Amino acid sequence: MYISVEKHKDNLLIQFKGELDHHSSEIVRQKIDQQYHDHGIRNIILDLRGLTFMDSSGIGLIMGRYKNCVEKKGKISIVNDNPHVDKILKMSGLLKIINVYPTIESAIENI
Amino acid sequence: MERNYMKLEFLSKSSNESFARVVVAAFASQLDPTLEELSDIKTAVSEAVTNAIIHGYEYGEGIIIVEAKIIDNEIEILVEDKGMGIADIKQAMEPFYTSKPNLERSGMGFTVMETFMDSLEIESKKGEGTKVRMRKKFNSLSSKE
Repeated sequence: MYISVEKHKDNLLIQFKGELDHHSSEIVRQKIDQQYHDHGIRNIILDLRGLTFMDSSGIGLIMGRYKNCVEKKGKISIVNDNPHVDKILKMSGLLKIINVYPTIESAIENI
Repeated sequence: MERNYMKLEFLSKSSNESFARVVVAAFASQLDPTLEELSDIKTAVSEAVTNAIIHGYEYGEGIIIVEAKIIDNEIEILVEDKGMGIADIKQAMEPFYTSKPNLERSGMGFTVMETFMDSLEIESKKGEGTKVRMRKKFNSLSSKE
C-alpha cells in the first residue's frame, strides 16, 4: 500500500495505490491525520482510483476522515472509477453523505 | 461431479490477510470466475479473516484455518478461529454494529460477506472460537453448461 498526501489548491489530496485492508489502514490513517493536522487544511479529496482492493476497513477509514472533516467544517470528496470500490462504497451508504467524482479536477470544481 | 478441496493454516497476523484472500482466489480461479466474482470472494475472505484477527484473537495470536471446497460450480469457504467466540451473533451481524468503535471499524464485515456471497452461516461458542461458512455459485461456469 502506498499513499501520497499533498496540498493541492487548498485541499488535502490523498492518492492511494495498492490494497486497502485492515493491515494497511492503520498506517494510512496516521499519515492522513498527521498531514491534515499539520497543513491546517479543511477539505479532503480521497483519490481511490489506484486501489486494487478495498474491504470494509476502507469504509471505516473514510468514515473516520469524514468525521474529522465535519468537525473542521470542511468537505470531503472521493475520486473513483473502480467498479469494485464503487460496489463497497454503495453498500456502505457513504455515498449518501460523500460525493464521488471521476477526476480530481471535477472534485475540486464542486467543493 | 467436479470436486476439489484445500486447507490453509496461518498465524493471526494482519499481514496474512492479503495472503489468505489471494490463496482462496487462486484456488477459486479454476472455476473460471469473472473478475467481479473473484473480487467478491477476496473481499468476503478478507472480512472473515480480519474478524478472526481483531475479535477472535483480540488477546493474543492464534491459528486461523481457511478451508475451501469446490463442488461443481460452487465454492464453500470456511474461516475458523479458536479464539474468544462471539457473545451475541445476532447483534454482531447488524449493519454498522461494532464492538470496537475506537478502532474505526465500520461494522460492515458480516454485511459485506452476506452481500458478496450467496450464503453465510456463523457458528460460535464463547471461549471456543468461531466458524464462518460462506458459499458462492459461479455464473460464468454454469452459463456454459
